[in-house]
Amino acid sequence: MTSLTLSELGWTPPGHDHCHHQFQLREASLQVAAGEFVGLIGPNGSGKTSLLRCAYRFTRPEHGDVSLEHRNVWKQSAKWCAQRIAVVLQEFPDAFGLRVDEVVAMGRTPHKGLFDSDTLHDGQLIRHALESVGMQDFADHAFVTLSGGEKQRVILARALAQQPQLLILDEPTNHLDSRYQLELLKLVKRLDIGTLASIHDLNLAAAFCDRLYVINHGRIVASGTPHDVLTTALLREVFGVEALIDPHPLAGYPRITWITQP
Amino acid sequence: MITRRYLLLLGALGALLLVSCVTSLGFGPARVPVDVVGRILLNKAFGLGAVDWSMGQEHIVWLIRVPRMLLGALVGAGLALIGAVLQAVTRNPLADPHLLGVTSGATLGAVIVVLHVGEIIGLLTLPIAAFMGALLSMLVVLAVASRNGRLDSDRLLLCGVAVSFVMMAMANLLLFMGDHRAASAVMFWMLGGLGLARWELLSIPAITVVLGLALLLGMARPLNALMAGEQTAVTLGLNARNVRFKVFLIASLMTGVLVSISGSIGFVGLMVPHIARRLVGAEHRRLLPVCVLLGSVFLVWVDVAARTLIAPEDLPIGVATAAIGGLFFIGLMRKR
Repeated sequence: MTSLTLSELGWTPPGHDHCHHQFQLREASLQVAAGEFVGLIGPNGSGKTSLLRCAYRFTRPEHGDVSLEHRNVWKQSAKWCAQRIAVVLQEFPDAFGLRVDEVVAMGRTPHKGLFDSDTLHDGQLIRHALESVGMQDFADHAFVTLSGGEKQRVILARALAQQPQLLILDEPTNHLDSRYQLELLKLVKRLDIGTLASIHDLNLAAAFCDRLYVINHGRIVASGTPHDVLTTALLREVFGVEALIDPHPLAGYPRITWITQP
Repeated sequence: MITRRYLLLLGALGALLLVSCVTSLGFGPARVPVDVVGRILLNKAFGLGAVDWSMGQEHIVWLIRVPRMLLGALVGAGLALIGAVLQAVTRNPLADPHLLGVTSGATLGAVIVVLHVGEIIGLLTLPIAAFMGALLSMLVVLAVASRNGRLDSDRLLLCGVAVSFVMMAMANLLLFMGDHRAASAVMFWMLGGLGLARWELLSIPAITVVLGLALLLGMARPLNALMAGEQTAVTLGLNARNVRFKVFLIASLMTGVLVSISGSIGFVGLMVPHIARRLVGAEHRRLLPVCVLLGSVFLVWVDVAARTLIAPEDLPIGVATAAIGGLFFIGLMRKR
């Protein structure tokens, strides 16, 4: 069953001409099935963030369609989408010192009308979300006082409180040390909901993703299981790097070793 | 997340406001003992007790000071509320009700009436002209600031400042070329004052503040989400531009109404939200009621200072708020 479908998306950033490839999208197509962990990899400026923005209905593509549960997201409201898709961005709210539980409570916004108050159920969801990212002891701390990794986990908790069917993550492991990178991805994987994540670290992508899409100059240039996608030829062509690829000794997924000697 | 502690704080502030309102009535060029004030209020409001005070005292308390105190409380509440929500939607801690150009438009409207039109429709001429000016400058700011249907908050603030300068230049030019006695009448209004307060003028600001509070409380969740940034707001199902536009519209209309009666009273809208956030945090469902109460208490007492410091003259209240506010901010920064 397909949950999210992006078909032949085309988009050019405002103010850019068509010869300039940076951040563009060209006939990019992608699917995420329910329960599937899909990774999006590609060099800087290749269009990863542009593609994700189209997927969570922030940017409207000039060509092509974005559909969720076989419905065009642009024919539905932002609220309808937010009830189904939660997004973890690299944007941190710290303008006026909200508390951690208040940041997580924001996740309930799409499920609430104008004058609805928080119910006991909302309170439980918020607590539960904080527990699942291991931040329950920080509920009444000011969000600004947290470290980058803790903030990232709180933002994930907010996404969980949104009770989504699909999770979109933009470079979720960026601010985290190795332990929390692994913990966060394990946690997301355990959720067992459709997930689309852009990931810089190819070894992490290989370890956690069911399928990978490779984007370069706004085009999807390869897709499939990490085993199919991650080849020395592709890494050379798309990322411009030399690498050795062999099966991980314990788990069997592709392991990438960078060749840094001249 | 309304806690017991929060409700206690709200109750305490409410009680403080009530006490402030009553005791403030005793102060002024002519002092009236607080017990007399209390008996006059009971008599006037509920018809209780026998009259044992002079007509002069009754006149001062009931016809002059009570409407003035009520107007002060309403304006303080309104400005603090507007400041809080504007700071949230622009994500700019220095946003202030007067930053949107509304106040200078109101000033221009008032100047034109005082210098060239006269009070053609009685007492309400000045407030109405000021409100028209406010409305006009709001429309100009919105028209200049929006681009392809987008309303960017940085652009909006810059446009507000630009339109303010032009409107103030026009008002100042008119004042400079006009009659100097009229100029001093306008000056008092430009510096802010509650001297226009009459019972019959109170209903409009009262409705404005109550309605504004209700609408903005209803938008508390979107306001929280907007503090997290435009993209996050969209991923939470909000139309960020739409919310921002609504907040600007409500804020501008409220500012227009308040400024047209009380002139430009600065610092309340900037300072009170910051104090309130220190007390209860930034979550808007908790923040806005506290802003309203604090703003009222603050302005009621500043007005007491304004009418007693250089009695029998009225000190422009804007001068007092600016002086107190500036010193307060310096103190706050030194403590940190």
